[in-house]
Amino acid sequence: MPDVLLSVDGLDAGYDDFQALFGVSMEVHPGEVIAVIGANGAGKTTLMRSVSGLIKNTGPQIRWKGQDIGALRADQIAHLGVALVPEGRLLFQSLSVEENLIIGGRTGRKGPWNLRRIYELFPILEERRNVSSTSLSGGQQQMVAIGRALMSNPELMMMDEISLGLAPVIIKSIYAALPGIVGEGLSAVVVEQDIAKALQVSSRVYCLQEGRVSLQGASQGISRDEISRAYFGV
Amino acid sequence: MDWINAIVQGTLLGGLYALFAAGLSLIFGVMRLVNIAHGDLIVLAAYVCLTVAVMLGLHPLVALGLVMPIMAALGYVLQRVILNRTMGGDILPPLLVTFGLSVILQNSLLMAYSADPQKLQAGALETMSIEIGPLAVGTLPLIVFATAVLVIAALQWMFYHTALGRAFRATSDRQDIAQLMGLNRSHVFGLAMALALAVTAIAGVFLGIKTSFDPSIGGSRLIFGFEAVIIGGLGNLWGTLAGGVILGISQTIGAKFHPGFQILAGHLVFLAIIAVRPRGLFPRVD
Repeated sequence: MPDVLLSVDGLDAGYDDFQALFGVSMEVHPGEVIAVIGANGAGKTTLMRSVSGLIKNTGPQIRWKGQDIGALRADQIAHLGVALVPEGRLLFQSLSVEENLIIGGRTGRKGPWNLRRIYELFPILEERRNVSSTSLSGGQQQMVAIGRALMSNPELMMMDEISLGLAPVIIKSIYAALPGIVGEGLSAVVVEQDIAKALQVSSRVYCLQEGRVSLQGASQGISRDEISRAYFGV
Repeated sequence: MDWINAIVQGTLLGGLYALFAAGLSLIFGVMRLVNIAHGDLIVLAAYVCLTVAVMLGLHPLVALGLVMPIMAALGYVLQRVILNRTMGGDILPPLLVTFGLSVILQNSLLMAYSADPQKLQAGALETMSIEIGPLAVGTLPLIVFATAVLVIAALQWMFYHTALGRAFRATSDRQDIAQLMGLNRSHVFGLAMALALAVTAIAGVFLGIKTSFDPSIGGSRLIFGFEAVIIGGLGNLWGTLAGGVILGISQTIGAKFHPGFQILAGHLVFLAIIAVRPRGLFPRVD
């Protein structure tokens, strides 16, 4: 096992002419859960999309087990074992629930996750396996999005705003599934607006502010005041 | 009886139009690409069949067994080498490039085969007919129609029951997220174009058996194909078959009134349908 699974080193990234990240550095170790917090527009989603290859990078700023993956396409990075649960869930609307999960396993990577395990984790999905993903509630859609990412048996799973737009009770039940997910030796990056939730599930936290890392450290040792300052820059 | 005959002949003609349209529909459905060169690719397939049939001394329908993989390979290469470079958020670049491709294809065919009309010789099959009650129905149109139904059923099955179909639908839904599933978009698009041109090969060979062809006739085939797709509703393959049949029947009934009215009648019915139902008769429900 390498010491560092993912390392992001001085990453500049953005869309078209708009630069959203300025020299962002981050590390994820095997088996670790990292939280990335920050206000809207701080660059959290850009960071996730850069790592997963949806935004092209050129320099050697993103490394996977020491290998430069900045120039790889998203599908190649997926085969390496990096999965993203995208913000807004973004399920395939013309695929059924089960087909969404099956296509998640398309990389053919070996591991503990398969359809049966996903249905054990989220039993409601088995009941609704044949319906269109658009007819599910928001919480159920989020379960499909998480299941779809798990089906690729990733080594690193990045979850972007999985609680966004969901009722608190649903958020609670989705986070309740998290220990069962990372318990399999999976590393995770959790992007959250809900700071308390983010600190609770993670061992280390990075706070982004206007495209730069404004704070980083152990999740338990960070005070509310430090976070407020890092979050809002006041 | 004349009218029933016109409807039957029109329905069978619609099978050919559905074959013209199926590839167009597939490509648009998977990658939102409007392929202006589609009609010329149909004509190209007819010429490829002519060459293979003459060189190897094969019946055109036997030669089709070679024309299909040739066209499929061409489609894959065309997509990966040229068309994928134009794909993106904007619909205009691929439109312009396929328009240019259409011009290049027509002129290359003109140089290679001259402007003389050609025909695929299918022997007795061209004149055989079957008596169904009081009607005499051509064997070839029946084969064409049955093939169209089979092709569309096969495409439909492929779309909804195979891993390739899942990949097509997922890529069509959300290209970027499909890549996160490990699907190489360029490859998926290449496969879609390969499949579309394999269907185009069938359409081109039947066209070449049914009528004479020259390098310039692609454009009107493209129009018939477009009309069938639009009448049926974008993205609905069975709708495309229905659209082809409606177009075929409109033309044969139009010809009953006056022979010169045939093509115009098809266009008028098309215009009437999109005036009433701009999304076609059976649009895919999204």
